[in-house]
Amino acid sequence: MAHLIQAALLLLAFALPAAAQQQPDAFDAALPGLVGNFNQQAEAVERLGALGDPRAVPVLRALSDGRLLKRPDGSGVVPPGEAAPPGAEAVRVNNRVRVALRGALGRLQLVSPEPGERLAAAEAVFRSRDAANAPLLEAALAREAVPRIRAQMELSLAASRLVATDEDAKRAAVSALGATASTDARALLLEARAANPGLSGAIDAAVAAIDRRLSLRRAAETLFQGLSLGSVLLLAALGLAVTFGVMGVINMAHGEMVMIGAYTAVLVQEALRNVPALLPWSLPLSVPAAFAVAALVGALIERGLIRHLYGRPLETLLMTFGVGMILQQAVRTLFGAQNREVISPAWMQGTLTLPGGVAVTQNRLWIIVFGVAVLLAVLAAIRLTRFGLEMRAVVQNRRIAATMGIRTGRVDALTFAFGSGVAGMAGVALSQIDNVSPNLGTGYIIDSFMVVVFGGVGSLAGTLVGAMALGVVNKVLEPWAGAVLAKVAVLVALMLFIQRRPRGLFALRGRAADA
Amino acid sequence: MRAGSTLYLDGVSVVFDGFRALNNLSLVVEPGELRAVIGPNGAGKTTMMDVITGKTRPTAGDVRFGDRDLTRLDEAAIATLGIGRKFQKPTVFDALTVFENLELALKAPRGPVACLRWALSGEARRRIEAVLDETGLAPRAQDRAAILSHGQRQWLEIGMLLMQDPELLLVDEPVAGMTDQETEHTAALLRRIAGGRSVVVVEHDLEFVRALGRRVTVLHEGGVLSEGSIDHVQNDPRVVEVYLGR
Amino acid sequence: MSATVASPAPARAGTAAARNVLRWVLLGAVLLLALLPVLNRLPADSALHVSDFVVSVTGKWITYAILALAIDLAWGYAGILSLGHGAFFALGGYAIGMHLMRLIGPRGVYGHSTLPDFMVFLGYRELPWYWLGFEHFPFALLMALAVPGLLAAMVGFLAFRSRITGVYFSIITQAMTYALMLAFFRNDMGFGGNNGFTDFKELLGIPLNTPNARAALFYASLAALLGAYWICARVVGSKLGRVLVAVRDAESRVRFLGYDTTRVKLFVFVLSAVLAGLAGALYVPQVGIINPGEFSPGNSIEAVVWVAVGGRGTLVGALLGAFSVNALKTWLTSVAPDLWLFALGGLFVAVTLFLPRGLVGVLRRPGT
Repeated sequence: MAHLIQAALLLLAFALPAAAQQQPDAFDAALPGLVGNFNQQAEAVERLGALGDPRAVPVLRALSDGRLLKRPDGSGVVPPGEAAPPGAEAVRVNNRVRVALRGALGRLQLVSPEPGERLAAAEAVFRSRDAANAPLLEAALAREAVPRIRAQMELSLAASRLVATDEDAKRAAVSALGATASTDARALLLEARAANPGLSGAIDAAVAAIDRRLSLRRAAETLFQGLSLGSVLLLAALGLAVTFGVMGVINMAHGEMVMIGAYTAVLVQEALRNVPALLPWSLPLSVPAAFAVAALVGALIERGLIRHLYGRPLETLLMTFGVGMILQQAVRTLFGAQNREVISPAWMQGTLTLPGGVAVTQNRLWIIVFGVAVLLAVLAAIRLTRFGLEMRAVVQNRRIAATMGIRTGRVDALTFAFGSGVAGMAGVALSQIDNVSPNLGTGYIIDSFMVVVFGGVGSLAGTLVGAMALGVVNKVLEPWAGAVLAKVAVLVALMLFIQRRPRGLFALRGRAADA
Repeated sequence: MRAGSTLYLDGVSVVFDGFRALNNLSLVVEPGELRAVIGPNGAGKTTMMDVITGKTRPTAGDVRFGDRDLTRLDEAAIATLGIGRKFQKPTVFDALTVFENLELALKAPRGPVACLRWALSGEARRRIEAVLDETGLAPRAQDRAAILSHGQRQWLEIGMLLMQDPELLLVDEPVAGMTDQETEHTAALLRRIAGGRSVVVVEHDLEFVRALGRRVTVLHEGGVLSEGSIDHVQNDPRVVEVYLGR
Repeated sequence: MSATVASPAPARAGTAAARNVLRWVLLGAVLLLALLPVLNRLPADSALHVSDFVVSVTGKWITYAILALAIDLAWGYAGILSLGHGAFFALGGYAIGMHLMRLIGPRGVYGHSTLPDFMVFLGYRELPWYWLGFEHFPFALLMALAVPGLLAAMVGFLAFRSRITGVYFSIITQAMTYALMLAFFRNDMGFGGNNGFTDFKELLGIPLNTPNARAALFYASLAALLGAYWICARVVGSKLGRVLVAVRDAESRVRFLGYDTTRVKLFVFVLSAVLAGLAGALYVPQVGIINPGEFSPGNSIEAVVWVAVGGRGTLVGALLGAFSVNALKTWLTSVAPDLWLFALGGLFVAVTLFLPRGLVGVLRRPGT
């Protein structure tokens, strides 16, 4: 308390003439106190802290580090950065001074030119809960322009006022804290409840408000994670939906197409390592490359192997499983079994904070966008191109389509290539969130099938809805059951769902759709 | 000969997604009667059979066999009641012999354990041999159904239906794709097996229908257009219009 | 005008002579197998000596053959392609594994009298309720058969009742085994987590890893194989077998004939699962370990390829396929391990494209 009065008096003493005189006087006047006895030092330190003059920072830091030198004649300190005169000794401090130094430095950081330091200082002040900090915060707020730092300062101000004596100030502080979504504020309020029984009603309301906002934020984050998982499932399943839907072919090598796409991204990255100008673009460039490579492999498989088993889905399933195995082993032999890394470009790294404090990682956000983009591209290809028209005709009635002159063999090959290409693009996206190894595909094959079967074979809308629904449900269950059990529960629920609706959510009607 | 049941269809309608496959259809088949049902494609002949055998539920109307309401029973139950159906496409079991096909259709307990324990009794063998005779397939008894001719497959299928000792037999286009000789054989066969049971035959081939020599019902757009002897029906102006156009 | 009708011949092709030859070959093979543990007892430098390794690996193949029979019964004869039979196999293995773990008693690393090592390690105070009873062999054996059977009954009932067949059913069985794999990998399920069960000491009083144990298990497996073969042959040769074939080829027609095909398929599927569980129960004591990897979806598909290679729709084909593919695997993985997966994948492709009837098809009708 005494210090507060002293500081206030000093401020007054020096602030009044400060209008006509400049701050440096107060600063210079406080400096000599640093070479006095420990009490004087502490006072001087506090004074310097209260001034809010950024020049005090290096001095106080030096003092805290034990680097501050006093002149041999004891008249004052050597400003840091100045050459040390011979005979200069380091200024010693005791614990009381240290405590004062911490406080002073903290307060000074509130007005530091570095925004990062200001924010950190505001957060530190928030945690220290000293009513004495209120005026400092007010002063800092007056100068603060960055909204995020202002928000933190206002929060810290409210926290400081909460421990003041003025009832009205406290009430104001409670409602200010209640308007946030901060867990720190919540803890503070709960602490203050015991000491302020008169305010318990207001505090409870404030805590409830914070809880509401927190649960909304959690829900939003869960939703985001669910959409993110859903977009991953969507990407993985989309190619399969096309081949399964159009050709009735169960392609157990689908996972390997994804894997091939991921390895294409690795190769593109390696190739561009020597072309620094293009390196940041390696990921976007990998997308068409992966499409092409996977589509080529798919076309070869279809023309060489699958078309001989037309109309025999079980045999196709087994055969493509074998093909997948061969592809996996081939990649393992060529590239080795260890994980490969595909580096994210800078614009995909980091975390965004949406309004409301919801944290979303950038790479997953981009994957959601990418997933939707790919879906739209596939839709466009199916609805707007000649190829898509022929594909739809073959899905609905293969024999009639053939009699109309559509070369169903060619459509099959192109469809399979197309589906494989989409899987390849999915692999590029997955390389960002998963390890790239030869058995990357095996982790996604069953999920892809479940998405397609759940959503309805032959329906892209079904694939979208199915993927998103499965992703969200999985993430909603996770906090309760843990990741593994959540997955198991989803699988079991899917199996039960299929009993009820064997054709999936959006079933294609008509006799031709029977696989 | 036993007292049989009458098949009643009363005001039966079936609507698929807005399309009226059957439109207020009413039909009565007496016990022991052999009835021919004809009509242009899309008239609802197959749908009518589907309704009787329980494959399709009618949207409206009454379907009775004797005093049993068929709309409440599923396919297996209706089959057990004594209503057998022969499809357009013969679906005999290719991997089994003629004898085994008939054995499968024999009236015997159908549970998996009963089938496991099943042994061919003298009586069962005699029944199978009787049907083999009736259908004329005795010489091919040990041949796999896959190697039979088209006509023989049709007779095998009829034979399988006979094994179930049905009270009502629904036969869907039995002579499609048959030679003239086979067609004659089939007409004789159907005449033989009716009498102890009711038989409803759906057909296009008017000569075959004439060879059957019984009452004819003409369907059109889901309802009954005309009914009577083959001559009566062939001369009915409504029938002429529908079949030949004005 | 009735012709004398000979007794109904089975619907399989092949002359009586060919079948006789087959019978003699099978008999010879069984005798040869039965000799192996005996030859193992000969001194090591004797010309006819058979190594321990051969005995135990052949014993393992015998259990695989039982699994193959189980899959063939459901797939080759009833048209039910289950891609999750590895789960039934593994469940049977885990049941016996639980018994074997209980038998370790205080001889484990931690020396606890009732709790297996992994439970002590995880801080369990007492055995979970579902472990009760497994210290008795008959109970464990019963569970090895009943648990897979129950699972098959549940999955089969739900699926067949909804008329789910073909590839959809296969995918569901894959999801089933995948879910089980994920669940059993969890460390807190009480089944040993990702390490599973191992370090078995004895079974039925015989210490494992001794020639006596190896021989006993070998003969038990051989007897089980013969028993399984007999059961399958009885089913296949009976009217039920013909119903199965009919269901495989034209299920709705069979329904029209008045058969409840759901019950028929369920019967076969459950029987098949029980046989698979038996195979797993015989497998685990011989290889000395069971872990959740046995549930992996790939295992189930690999077992299916044994049947495809051998010739589905014939019992002999299942046996032939199981032995030949696994022999190839054992050979290749020791000689050129990197090649094995290529070979296996190639087998899948070759069999489906060129050998739809498998090796038996080639042997039976050369040139057709």
